[in-house]
Amino acid sequence: MEVVTYTNVETFVQHLPEVTAAGVWIKAIIILAIISAVAGFGTYLERKVLAFMQRRLGPMHVGPYGLLQIIADGIKLFTKEDIVPQNANRLIFMVAPVITAATAFIALAAVPVFPDFTIPEWIPVLGGTFVPSIAADLNIGILFVLGMMAAGLYGPLLAGMAQANKWGIIGAARTAVQFLSYEVVTGLSILAPIMLVGSLSFVDFNEAQAGGISHWLIWQQPVAFVLFLIAGFAETNRTPFDLLEHEAEVVSGYATEYSGMRWGMFFIGEYANMITISIIAAIVFLGGYSEEGIGWLTIILKVGFFFFLMLWVRAAWPHVRPDQLMWLCWKVLMPIAVINVVITGIVMMV
Amino acid sequence: MGLEQFKNRNVGQQNYVMLDLEHTPETGMGKFRQVVRRTFKAELFVGLWVTMREMINALFKGQMHTVKYPFEKLPISPRYRAIHEMLRLLESGHYRCIGCGLCEKICISNCITMDTRYDENQRKEVSEYTINFGRCIFCGYCAEVCPELAIVHGPRYETASEQRASFSLFEDMLTPIDKLNLQQEYDGFGAVTPNADENIKKTPLAY
Repeated sequence: MEVVTYTNVETFVQHLPEVTAAGVWIKAIIILAIISAVAGFGTYLERKVLAFMQRRLGPMHVGPYGLLQIIADGIKLFTKEDIVPQNANRLIFMVAPVITAATAFIALAAVPVFPDFTIPEWIPVLGGTFVPSIAADLNIGILFVLGMMAAGLYGPLLAGMAQANKWGIIGAARTAVQFLSYEVVTGLSILAPIMLVGSLSFVDFNEAQAGGISHWLIWQQPVAFVLFLIAGFAETNRTPFDLLEHEAEVVSGYATEYSGMRWGMFFIGEYANMITISIIAAIVFLGGYSEEGIGWLTIILKVGFFFFLMLWVRAAWPHVRPDQLMWLCWKVLMPIAVINVVITGIVMMV
Repeated sequence: MGLEQFKNRNVGQQNYVMLDLEHTPETGMGKFRQVVRRTFKAELFVGLWVTMREMINALFKGQMHTVKYPFEKLPISPRYRAIHEMLRLLESGHYRCIGCGLCEKICISNCITMDTRYDENQRKEVSEYTINFGRCIFCGYCAEVCPELAIVHGPRYETASEQRASFSLFEDMLTPIDKLNLQQEYDGFGAVTPNADENIKKTPLAY
C-alpha cells in the first residue's frame, strides 16, 4: 500500500475559502462554549456509564434521567465560596487551575473539531464569514498539541506544591513521576505514523487515510496505536494511571484543597484533555473525518468510542502504583516504541 | 438434620480447592517470561468483558439493582416486626382483644399500658390501650403471647412522625372498620404455623 504524502499543504487548501480573523474568533468561541458544555456532559456520561457497569441507575432525579444534574452541579460550582488555605502560596494556588484549563483549550486550537461552515449572508455583521474546522491550522499541529498538553501538567504540579498540604505535595510529586514516565512514550509512539505520513499536520494525516477503513494507519502501526493509547491514558490521568488524585491513597492529591470553580477548572481541563486525546487518536490512527458520506459523524463516533473506552477501563481495571508506571513506561513501552520506530524506518527504506 | 457437619472441626479438608499459584520467578529470564505471558494472556480484556456484560445485563436484561426507595419498596418477610396492629374478627368486625392483659405482663420494656372494664353484657372491654413506642424494642413477645392473634406486628417500618404519640393509641393500631375486608391474617410471631394440624397430638385419654 503506497502512502500518500502532501509535502505542500497550500496546494491542498487552495479550494477552501479564505480564513479571516473573524472566522478564527468565532471558531475559538464555539470551541470554548461547546467543549466546556461537552466536558460537563462528560461528567454526566461518566457517572451514568460507571453506574450501569455496576448495575446502578446513576443520577436519576434532577430532570429526565438526571440530565439536568449538569446544571445543578454547575450552579453549585459557580456559587461556592472561593477558599484559599492559610499557608498556601496565594498567587500560584489561584493561577494553577487556570493553567490546566487554558492549556487544554489552547491544545484544542490546533485540532480539527466540528466541520467548517460559512455563516449565511442574511445574518448581519458576520454574514459570509468562513469558520474553519481548525482554529489554527499549524503545519506542526501534532507537536503543538502534545506540547500544550504536556505544559498542562504544570497545573497539578504547581497546585500540589502551592497548597501547603501533604496530600497535595504527594500529588505534585506523582505528577512529576507520571510526566517523566509517559512523555517519552507519547512522542516515540506517534513518531512512527509521522514518519509514514511525512507531515505533522492533522489535515495531512486525514488525507493520507482518506481511502476508507483499509487505509487507516492502525493496520500499519498497531503497536504504535496501543502505545499511544496507553500514554494517552497516562496523559489525561485516567484510571489505570490516575496517580495524581487517587482518592483511596492520597485523599484527592493535587486537588485536595481546591473547591468551587477552581476545582471545576481542573475538571474541565481533564475532560477537555480526554476529548483532545480522543481526537488525536481518531485522526492519527483511525482515519479521522471523511468529507464524503456521513462525513463528520464518523469522527464524532470515533471520539465517542475513545471517550467510552476511557470510562469502560475505569470501571474494569485497578490502577497501578507510581513505581509500576515508571517501570512500565521506561523498561517496557519505551524499548518497544524505539524498536517500532526502527522497524518502520527500515521498512520505509527498503 | 444431624449435627455432624457442625461438629467436624477439621477445617481445610472439605470443600476447598487448592489454587495453582506459580512461584515468583527468581532469574531475570523467568521474570521476563512471566511479563510476556501475562501481557499476551489477554486477562485485561476478560476484565473489560465482565464490566460490559454487567452493563448489558443491567440495561437490557432487567438486572438493575437499584430500588428507587420512596417509590419502590422491597417485599419484607411476614415475620418482620414493625409497628403493631390490632386485628378485628372477620365475621363481626369486633376487635379481637379480650383484655386478658398477657401482653402487658410479658412486655419486657414495660411499654404496654391497658385498662379494662365490664361492659353492659358483662363482657370484658378494653377501655384504654397504648404502647409507648419510645420504649418499645419490638421484641415480638406481645404478639407471640397473644392467645387471640389480636396484637400482631405489621409491615409498617417507616415510623418517622411529628409526635411521639403517633401510632400508639388503640384506635390508631386497630384495623379501620371500613377496611376489614383488606385485613391480612398474620404469619409472624405467635401465628398458627402452616403445618399446625400435623403437629396436634391427641390427648391421651386412655390413661
